[in-house]
Amino acid sequence: MKLLFENIDEPGLATREVYERRGGYESLRKALAMEPEAVLAELEASGLRGRGGAGFAMGKKVSFLPKGSIEKYLVCNADESEPGTFKDRELMQKSPHMLIEGIVIASYAAGASRSFIYIRGEYVQQADILDAALVQARAAGYVGEDILGSGHSLSLVVHRGAGAYICGEETGLLDSLEGKRGNPRLKPPFPANQGLYQGPTLINNVETLATVPAIIRIGGEGYAKLGTDTSKGTKLVSVSGHVKRPGNYEIELGVPSREIVYGLAGGLSEGREVKCWFPGGSSSPVLTKDDLDLPYDFDSMAKAGSMLGSGAIIVVDDSTPILDVALKVAKFYAHESCGKCTPCREGTNWTVKMLERIETGEATPMDLEIMASVQEHIIGNCLCVLGDAMAMPIGSMIAKFRDEFERHIEQVRAAHAPAAGAPALTGALA
Amino acid sequence: MTPKLRQEIEAKMALYPDRHSATLPALEAAQRVYGWCSPQALEEVAEAMDVTPAYLESVATFYDMLETEPAGRHSIYVCTNISCSLLGADELFRSIADAAGDDPEFNVRPFECLGACDIAPIASVDGVYVGPLSTEDVPQLLEDIRCERPVLPNKQLVKRPCADPGASA
Ligand SMILES: Cc1cc2nc3c(=O)[nH]c(=O)nc-3n(C[C@H](O)[C@H](O)[C@H](O)COP(=O)(O)O)c2cc1C
Ligand code: SF4
Ligand code: FES
Repeated sequence: MKLLFENIDEPGLATREVYERRGGYESLRKALAMEPEAVLAELEASGLRGRGGAGFAMGKKVSFLPKGSIEKYLVCNADESEPGTFKDRELMQKSPHMLIEGIVIASYAAGASRSFIYIRGEYVQQADILDAALVQARAAGYVGEDILGSGHSLSLVVHRGAGAYICGEETGLLDSLEGKRGNPRLKPPFPANQGLYQGPTLINNVETLATVPAIIRIGGEGYAKLGTDTSKGTKLVSVSGHVKRPGNYEIELGVPSREIVYGLAGGLSEGREVKCWFPGGSSSPVLTKDDLDLPYDFDSMAKAGSMLGSGAIIVVDDSTPILDVALKVAKFYAHESCGKCTPCREGTNWTVKMLERIETGEATPMDLEIMASVQEHIIGNCLCVLGDAMAMPIGSMIAKFRDEFERHIEQVRAAHAPAAGAPALTGALA
Repeated sequence: MTPKLRQEIEAKMALYPDRHSATLPALEAAQRVYGWCSPQALEEVAEAMDVTPAYLESVATFYDMLETEPAGRHSIYVCTNISCSLLGADELFRSIADAAGDDPEFNVRPFECLGACDIAPIASVDGVYVGPLSTEDVPQLLEDIRCERPVLPNKQLVKRPCADPGASA
């Protein structure tokens, strides 16, 4: 069942004409003929959970916005910078009108009159495509004043970021959109009450909003028939790393993970096996080949000690040292930490240094213990979850591949052990 | 400041209920004109936006795509994050950096995940994504940039079909 990718490679789908020929903007007409409360009821009935990482029920989030005539905002999170994630990119590039239609319908349900798409600055081509689609949507009266005579009005601006992972975190994003450094804010207050310009704000991921037209088309209940009890619907999965056919796939939630890695993405190259895989971007604790038969859905991944996150599966084969993986991951979070909280700023930097000591043979197995406990001290002690986003995968690697770390420490130390009579090496490798 | 740049910044400010929201678009526009967020660029943006240069500088230093030092005219971001590095990105980065040498036209930088791990290892050349790249592509890549031609036309991301076999063409 394809809802988002149904016509994705149709030539010209990014234009209004072709999108409309495929039934585009019919859902918007249908929604505008309903009361906003009825549209919201469909969203709640669908059970759609946010596709940006946290998996919070979308309908419920809309219902948290205060009622009444105060100015409300809708912000689409198109920052997509969780390593391994590239699904929103393909959607925006090939089907920009689907996102615009979803935003207009969601704004109607939420009573929002101003909206923004915050797109990461690196997505230059996709932002240009969105801008072009927006011009067409405005000309057709789908965006702007009194949309299709419904009385509902919405402005929409494509806002380009400038390269900072932390701006994907919703409150960092809001500060960035207000023209500041993208530092996360203390929560509460939550954006639903005090978000952009202190006003009530609905923030959703691109894929979440792009799913809205399909929900209106097939009905909330129809959508809820797809997937599992607690993970409804279809999901875009970005598969990358050591697989033969990396790319985006639309799956029904709950399919076996093996079917995604080996079926859709073609498995690994001849003779190689899965060493570990990230089920939800580089922030998710790694799983091993023994976990491949788990259904791919929110709860199964959580039960296995990891998370579905943004739906980005990164596959690492058995020829790759786990230390290399850990270093890459830790360096990324150290670079992207905004520095506001001590455990995150110091913990990410310290972890990188520790891993480098392991690499050069200066560490002892005791240091693994300390490193594991540092990860535990980061978790839950910061303003946003960026610190956790490093601590969780690194912690999982130490727990699951401890032997390999220890062997590495021993091997490097042995290789550099001073010959009898020679002066002992101190500090870094001579 | 050129009248065109001022117009662009004013048009951006008009899009938002609060003019400060135009900060990133304004800095990006100024960087396009001056090559980087130079003191002069910041002064002029500050004047057009009625904010202080210090404020703009504090914002500019936060974002990877805003250059706070003089930089080459052509940016080449090479992703060295996890999925790309599993497929040789670190070697690719070194190869591009070596080949570009100290040519002042190029701004070669290692970058975090660019959101195109499906064509790993990848680079973004002035915003155009190309991949999967090998070190053998490097001479052509630099040559295309030097000649102001489209870079590696058959490796451009925007031309790729969706990997999902169920997505109808
Ligand atoms: C460090 C960090 C980075 C994030 N990056 C993104 C991102 O790039 N895109 C995104 O949609 N959500 C991202 N999120 C999640 C958002 O904070 C937020 O939960 C999401 O945009 C809500 O939309 P949804 O409910 O539709 O998923 C990130 C969260 C954190 C803590
Ligand atoms: S946890 Fe890290 S990234 Fe998040 S606010 Fe604190 S220092 Fe910044
Ligand atoms: S890791 Fe290189 S594009 Fe994602």
